Amino acid sequence: MLRNALGKTFRFLGYTVQYGCIAHCAFEYLGGIVVCSGPSMEPTIQNSDIVFSESLSRHFYCIRKGDIVIVKSPNDPKSNICKRVIGLEGDKVCTSNPSDFLKSHSYVPKGHVWLEGDNLRNSTDSRCYGPVPYGLIRGRICLKLWPLNDFGFLRASPNGHRFLDD
Amino acid sequence: MAQAQGLGRRYIKAFFKGFFVAVPVTVTFLDRVACVARVEGASMQPSLNPGGREASDVVLLNHWSIRNYDVQRGDIVSLVSPRNPEQKIIKRVIALEGDIIKTIGYKKKYVKVPHGHIWVEGDHHGHSFDSNAFGPVSLGLLHARATHILWPPQRWQKLQPMLPPERKPLHREQE
Repeated sequence: MLRNALGKTFRFLGYTVQYGCIAHCAFEYLGGIVVCSGPSMEPTIQNSDIVFSESLSRHFYCIRKGDIVIVKSPNDPKSNICKRVIGLEGDKVCTSNPSDFLKSHSYVPKGHVWLEGDNLRNSTDSRCYGPVPYGLIRGRICLKLWPLNDFGFLRASPNGHRFLDD
Repeated sequence: MAQAQGLGRRYIKAFFKGFFVAVPVTVTFLDRVACVARVEGASMQPSLNPGGREASDVVLLNHWSIRNYDVQRGDIVSLVSPRNPEQKIIKRVIALEGDIIKTIGYKKKYVKVPHGHIWVEGDHHGHSFDSNAFGPVSLGLLHARATHILWPPQRWQKLQPMLPPERKPLHREQE
Protein backbone atom coordinates (compact mmCIF):
# COMPACT_ATOMS: atom_id res chain seq x y z
CA MET A 1 0.00 0.00 0.00
CA LEU A 2 2.73 2.44 1.06
CA ARG A 3 4.97 1.48 -1.87
CA ASN A 4 2.06 2.08 -4.22
CA ALA A 5 1.39 5.55 -2.79
CA LEU A 6 5.11 6.40 -2.86
CA GLY A 7 5.39 5.25 -6.47
CA LYS A 8 2.39 7.37 -7.45
CA THR A 9 3.83 10.43 -5.66
CA PHE A 10 7.17 10.11 -7.42
CA ARG A 11 5.46 9.67 -10.79
CA PHE A 12 3.35 12.76 -10.11
CA LEU A 13 6.42 14.79 -9.12
CA GLY A 14 8.24 13.55 -12.18
CA TYR A 15 5.47 14.69 -14.50
CA THR A 16 5.24 18.07 -12.73
CA VAL A 17 8.97 18.68 -13.18
CA GLN A 18 8.83 17.57 -16.80
CA TYR A 19 5.87 19.77 -17.73
CA GLY A 20 7.30 22.67 -15.73
CA CYS A 21 10.52 22.45 -17.73
CA ILE A 22 8.64 22.25 -21.03
CA ALA A 23 6.64 25.34 -19.98
CA HIS A 24 9.84 27.21 -19.11
CA CYS A 25 11.38 26.37 -22.49
CA ALA A 26 8.19 27.42 -24.30
CA PHE A 27 7.96 30.80 -22.52
CA GLU A 28 11.66 31.52 -22.76
CA TYR A 29 12.34 30.52 -26.36
CA LEU A 30 8.99 30.61 -28.16
CA GLY A 31 6.40 32.82 -26.52
CA GLY A 32 3.56 33.07 -24.08
CA ILE A 33 0.23 34.63 -23.27
CA VAL A 34 0.32 37.87 -21.30
CA VAL A 35 -2.39 39.86 -19.54
CA CYS A 36 -1.76 43.59 -19.77
CA SER A 37 -2.91 46.09 -17.19
CA GLY A 38 -2.76 49.85 -17.10
CA PRO A 39 -3.73 52.72 -19.39
CA SER A 40 -0.33 53.59 -20.86
CA MET A 41 -0.80 51.80 -24.19
CA GLU A 42 -4.35 52.96 -25.00
CA PRO A 43 -5.95 52.82 -27.53
CA THR A 44 -3.78 50.00 -28.94
CA ILE A 45 -3.93 47.84 -25.80
CA GLN A 46 -6.59 48.47 -23.14
CA ASN A 47 -6.57 47.44 -19.50
CA SER A 48 -7.06 43.64 -19.01
CA ASP A 49 -6.43 42.78 -22.65
CA ILE A 50 -4.85 39.40 -23.35
CA VAL A 51 -2.03 39.34 -25.89
CA PHE A 52 0.50 36.83 -27.22
CA SER A 53 4.16 37.73 -26.95
CA GLU A 54 6.90 35.93 -28.84
CA SER A 55 10.49 35.57 -27.63
CA LEU A 56 12.21 34.71 -30.92
CA SER A 57 12.79 38.34 -31.95
CA ARG A 58 14.76 39.19 -28.86
CA HIS A 59 16.99 36.09 -29.13
CA PHE A 60 17.75 36.86 -32.78
CA TYR A 61 18.12 40.59 -32.10
CA CYS A 62 15.53 41.68 -34.66
CA ILE A 63 13.37 44.00 -32.58
CA ARG A 64 12.42 46.92 -34.85
CA LYS A 65 11.27 50.50 -34.43
CA GLY A 66 7.50 50.53 -33.85
CA ASP A 67 7.36 47.09 -32.17
CA ILE A 68 5.45 46.75 -28.92
CA VAL A 69 7.68 44.98 -26.42
CA ILE A 70 7.47 43.56 -22.92
CA VAL A 71 10.41 44.78 -20.85
CA LYS A 72 11.58 44.22 -17.28
CA SER A 73 11.06 47.48 -15.46
CA PRO A 74 14.43 49.28 -15.06
CA ASN A 75 13.55 50.40 -11.53
CA ASP A 76 11.86 47.18 -10.35
CA PRO A 77 13.20 43.97 -11.91
CA LYS A 78 10.30 41.90 -10.57
CA SER A 79 7.67 43.69 -12.66
CA ASN A 80 7.18 43.95 -16.41
CA ILE A 81 6.16 46.92 -18.48
CA CYS A 82 4.67 47.03 -21.95
CA LYS A 83 5.66 49.87 -24.27
CA ARG A 84 6.40 50.67 -27.91
CA VAL A 85 9.94 51.01 -29.27
CA ILE A 86 10.33 54.56 -30.57
CA GLY A 87 14.07 54.48 -31.23
CA LEU A 88 16.85 51.89 -31.49
CA GLU A 89 20.54 52.50 -30.72
CA GLY A 90 21.87 55.46 -32.66
CA ASP A 91 18.41 56.88 -33.46
CA LYS A 92 17.51 60.47 -32.67
CA VAL A 93 14.64 60.86 -30.18
CA CYS A 94 12.79 63.85 -28.82
CA THR A 95 13.26 64.01 -25.05
CA SER A 96 11.12 67.07 -24.37
CA ASN A 97 7.38 67.14 -23.69
CA PRO A 98 5.00 68.50 -26.37
CA SER A 99 4.13 71.35 -24.00
CA ASP A 100 7.76 72.53 -23.71
CA PHE A 101 8.70 75.59 -25.70
CA LEU A 102 12.25 74.47 -26.45
CA LYS A 103 12.51 71.03 -28.04
CA SER A 104 15.44 68.90 -26.96
CA HIS A 105 16.76 65.85 -28.77
CA SER A 106 19.27 63.19 -27.97
CA TYR A 107 20.64 60.01 -29.52
CA VAL A 108 19.85 56.59 -28.08
CA PRO A 109 23.10 55.11 -26.68
CA LYS A 110 24.59 51.84 -27.92
CA GLY A 111 22.83 48.75 -26.59
CA HIS A 112 19.70 50.68 -25.51
CA VAL A 113 16.20 51.40 -26.82
CA TRP A 114 13.81 54.31 -26.29
CA LEU A 115 10.33 53.26 -25.16
CA GLU A 116 7.11 55.26 -25.05
CA GLY A 117 3.52 54.30 -24.33
CA ASP A 118 0.88 55.03 -26.98
CA ASN A 119 -1.10 57.03 -24.40
CA LEU A 120 1.48 59.80 -24.13
CA ARG A 121 -0.46 61.76 -21.54
CA ASN A 122 -0.69 58.86 -19.08
CA SER A 123 2.51 56.88 -19.46
CA THR A 124 5.76 56.74 -17.49
CA ASP A 125 8.32 55.66 -20.04
CA SER A 126 11.74 56.61 -21.38
CA ARG A 127 10.75 60.29 -21.17
CA CYS A 128 10.84 59.69 -17.40
CA TYR A 129 13.55 57.04 -16.78
CA GLY A 130 15.71 57.40 -19.88
CA PRO A 131 16.82 54.85 -22.49
CA VAL A 132 16.39 51.21 -21.47
CA PRO A 133 19.11 48.54 -22.04
CA TYR A 134 18.21 46.05 -24.78
CA GLY A 135 19.02 43.19 -22.37
CA LEU A 136 15.86 43.97 -20.36
CA ILE A 137 13.54 43.17 -23.28
CA ARG A 138 11.59 39.95 -22.61
CA GLY A 139 9.44 39.60 -25.72
CA ARG A 140 7.62 41.26 -28.59
CA ILE A 141 3.83 41.43 -28.64
CA CYS A 142 2.60 40.19 -32.00
CA LEU A 143 -1.07 39.28 -31.56
CA LYS A 144 -4.01 40.42 -29.46
CA LEU A 145 -6.18 37.51 -28.30
CA TRP A 146 -8.88 39.18 -26.15
CA PRO A 147 -11.31 40.97 -26.48
CA LEU A 148 -12.42 39.00 -29.50
CA ASN A 149 -13.81 42.00 -31.34
CA ASP A 150 -10.25 43.35 -31.43
CA PHE A 151 -8.53 40.04 -32.27
CA GLY A 152 -5.53 40.17 -34.60
CA PHE A 153 -2.33 42.05 -35.22
CA LEU A 154 -1.76 45.29 -33.32
CA ARG A 155 -2.22 48.66 -34.90
CA ALA A 156 0.61 51.00 -35.77
CA SER A 157 1.46 53.80 -33.38
CA PRO A 158 -1.08 56.64 -33.20
CA ASN A 159 1.87 58.95 -32.46
CA GLY A 160 3.71 58.87 -35.77
CA HIS A 161 5.23 62.27 -35.03
CA ARG A 162 7.37 60.75 -32.23
CA PHE A 163 9.35 58.68 -34.75
CA LEU A 164 12.07 61.05 -35.97
CA ASP A 165 13.80 60.27 -39.25
CA ASP A 166 17.49 61.06 -39.41
CA MET B 1 8.94 -9.52 -39.78
CA ALA B 2 6.06 -8.05 -37.80
CA GLN B 3 8.01 -8.50 -34.56
CA ALA B 4 11.04 -6.55 -35.88
CA GLN B 5 8.75 -3.76 -37.05
CA GLY B 6 7.09 -3.64 -33.61
CA LEU B 7 10.50 -3.41 -31.89
CA GLY B 8 11.61 -0.61 -34.23
CA ARG B 9 8.46 1.38 -33.52
CA ARG B 10 8.83 0.87 -29.77
CA TYR B 11 12.44 2.04 -29.97
CA ILE B 12 11.45 5.24 -31.81
CA LYS B 13 8.68 5.89 -29.30
CA ALA B 14 11.08 5.40 -26.37
CA PHE B 15 13.65 7.66 -28.02
CA PHE B 16 11.22 10.53 -28.47
CA LYS B 17 9.84 10.09 -24.96
CA GLY B 18 13.38 10.32 -23.56
CA PHE B 19 14.23 13.26 -25.81
CA PHE B 20 11.24 15.29 -24.68
CA VAL B 21 12.18 14.70 -21.06
CA ALA B 22 15.93 15.21 -21.27
CA VAL B 23 16.11 18.32 -23.44
CA PRO B 24 13.63 20.58 -21.59
CA VAL B 25 14.90 19.49 -18.17
CA THR B 26 18.54 20.14 -19.12
CA VAL B 27 17.77 23.49 -20.74
CA THR B 28 15.69 24.59 -17.74
CA PHE B 29 18.45 23.49 -15.36
CA LEU B 30 21.11 25.46 -17.25
CA ASP B 31 18.85 28.53 -17.45
CA ARG B 32 17.42 28.55 -13.95
CA VAL B 33 19.70 26.62 -11.60
CA ALA B 34 23.38 26.72 -12.53
CA CYS B 35 25.76 26.63 -15.44
CA VAL B 36 29.47 26.83 -16.10
CA ALA B 37 31.38 29.51 -17.97
CA ARG B 38 34.92 30.44 -18.91
CA VAL B 39 36.10 33.87 -17.82
CA GLU B 40 37.88 35.95 -20.44
CA GLY B 41 39.78 39.17 -19.97
CA ALA B 42 41.79 40.83 -17.26
CA SER B 43 39.15 43.03 -15.65
CA MET B 44 38.80 40.90 -12.51
CA GLN B 45 42.48 40.27 -11.82
CA PRO B 46 43.81 39.08 -9.40
CA SER B 47 40.59 37.39 -8.18
CA LEU B 48 39.83 35.78 -11.57
CA ASN B 49 42.22 34.97 -14.45
CA PRO B 50 45.47 35.91 -12.72
CA GLY B 51 47.36 33.90 -15.31
CA GLY B 52 46.11 35.99 -18.20
CA ARG B 53 45.43 34.40 -21.55
CA GLU B 54 47.33 31.13 -20.97
CA ALA B 55 44.98 29.90 -18.25
CA SER B 56 41.38 31.17 -18.21
CA ASP B 57 39.41 30.36 -15.09
CA VAL B 58 36.19 28.38 -15.39
CA VAL B 59 33.55 29.43 -12.84
CA LEU B 60 30.28 27.98 -11.61
CA LEU B 61 27.43 30.42 -12.22
CA ASN B 62 24.49 30.09 -9.84
CA HIS B 63 21.18 31.41 -11.22
CA TRP B 64 19.04 30.05 -8.40
CA SER B 65 20.56 32.23 -5.68
CA ILE B 66 19.67 35.45 -7.50
CA ARG B 67 16.13 34.48 -8.50
CA ASN B 68 14.84 37.22 -6.15
CA TYR B 69 17.62 39.67 -7.09
CA ASP B 70 19.20 39.23 -3.63
CA VAL B 71 22.80 40.39 -4.04
CA GLN B 72 25.28 41.57 -1.39
CA ARG B 73 28.07 44.08 -1.68
CA GLY B 74 31.22 42.20 -2.69
CA ASP B 75 29.51 39.41 -4.68
CA ILE B 76 30.98 38.50 -8.05
CA VAL B 77 28.11 38.49 -10.54
CA SER B 78 27.64 38.00 -14.26
CA LEU B 79 25.30 40.34 -16.08
CA VAL B 80 24.21 41.23 -19.59
CA SER B 81 26.39 44.08 -20.83
CA PRO B 82 24.38 47.33 -21.07
CA ARG B 83 26.39 48.35 -24.13
CA ASN B 84 26.20 45.02 -25.99
CA PRO B 85 23.26 42.71 -25.19
CA GLU B 86 24.97 39.74 -26.88
CA GLN B 87 27.76 39.73 -24.32
CA LYS B 88 27.89 38.81 -20.64
CA ILE B 89 30.33 40.52 -18.33
CA ILE B 90 31.54 39.40 -14.91
CA LYS B 91 32.15 42.03 -12.24
CA ARG B 92 31.98 42.63 -8.49
CA VAL B 93 29.00 44.35 -6.85
CA ILE B 94 30.30 47.47 -5.09
CA ALA B 95 27.12 49.31 -4.12
CA LEU B 96 23.39 48.60 -3.84
CA GLU B 97 20.41 50.90 -4.36
CA GLY B 98 20.51 53.96 -2.13
CA ASP B 99 24.28 53.85 -1.47
CA ILE B 100 26.38 56.92 -2.24
CA ILE B 101 29.82 56.08 -3.61
CA LYS B 102 32.86 57.85 -4.93
CA THR B 103 33.51 56.93 -8.55
CA ILE B 104 36.78 56.35 -10.44
CA GLY B 105 36.72 58.11 -13.78
CA TYR B 106 32.95 58.45 -14.13
CA LYS B 107 31.36 61.64 -15.38
CA LYS B 108 30.10 62.44 -11.86
CA LYS B 109 32.42 62.32 -8.83
CA TYR B 110 29.75 61.04 -6.41
CA VAL B 111 26.80 58.90 -7.41
CA LYS B 112 23.73 57.80 -5.49
CA VAL B 113 22.71 54.43 -6.89
CA PRO B 114 19.06 54.69 -8.04
CA HIS B 115 16.26 52.35 -6.97
CA GLY B 116 16.44 48.94 -8.65
CA HIS B 117 20.07 49.43 -9.77
CA ILE B 118 23.54 48.33 -8.62
CA TRP B 119 27.07 49.61 -9.13
CA VAL B 120 29.58 47.04 -10.41
CA GLU B 121 33.32 47.28 -10.85
CA GLY B 122 36.12 45.01 -11.98
CA ASP B 123 38.90 44.37 -9.47
CA HIS B 124 41.53 45.54 -11.98
CA HIS B 125 40.72 49.25 -12.11
CA GLY B 126 41.77 50.89 -15.33
CA HIS B 127 41.45 47.64 -17.29
CA SER B 128 37.78 47.19 -16.66
CA PHE B 129 34.68 48.22 -18.59
CA ASP B 130 32.29 48.64 -15.68
CA SER B 131 29.95 51.09 -13.96
CA ASN B 132 32.70 53.70 -14.04
CA ALA B 133 32.10 53.71 -17.81
CA PHE B 134 28.37 53.02 -18.18
CA GLY B 135 26.94 54.06 -14.81
CA PRO B 136 24.62 52.11 -12.50
CA VAL B 137 23.09 48.97 -14.06
CA SER B 138 19.51 47.80 -13.65
CA LEU B 139 19.04 44.68 -11.50
CA GLY B 140 17.03 43.17 -14.36
CA LEU B 141 20.29 42.65 -16.27
CA LEU B 142 21.63 40.36 -13.55
CA HIS B 143 22.35 36.91 -14.96
CA ALA B 144 24.01 34.82 -12.21
CA ARG B 145 26.30 34.89 -9.18
CA ALA B 146 29.76 33.30 -9.58
CA THR B 147 30.13 31.00 -6.58
CA HIS B 148 33.12 28.72 -7.24
CA ILE B 149 36.18 28.47 -9.47
CA LEU B 150 36.10 24.98 -11.01
CA TRP B 151 39.20 24.97 -13.26
CA PRO B 152 42.22 24.86 -13.17
CA PRO B 153 42.24 22.37 -10.27
CA GLN B 154 44.93 24.25 -8.34
CA ARG B 155 42.53 27.22 -8.18
CA TRP B 156 39.54 25.28 -6.82
CA GLN B 157 37.91 27.64 -4.30
CA LYS B 158 34.67 29.09 -3.12
CA LEU B 159 34.45 32.76 -4.08
CA GLN B 160 33.67 34.77 -0.94
CA PRO B 161 31.91 38.14 -1.17
CA MET B 162 34.71 40.59 -0.44
CA LEU B 163 34.38 44.35 -0.72
CA PRO B 164 37.73 46.17 -1.03
CA PRO B 165 37.87 48.56 1.97
CA GLU B 166 38.71 51.57 -0.20
CA ARG B 167 35.55 50.98 -2.27
CA LYS B 168 33.12 51.00 0.67
CA PRO B 169 30.12 53.31 0.12
CA LEU B 170 30.17 56.69 1.83
CA HIS B 171 26.61 56.24 2.98
CA ARG B 172 24.65 53.01 3.14
CA GLU B 173 20.91 53.12 2.88
CA GLN B 174 20.30 49.51 3.86
CA GLU B 175 22.42 47.44 6.24
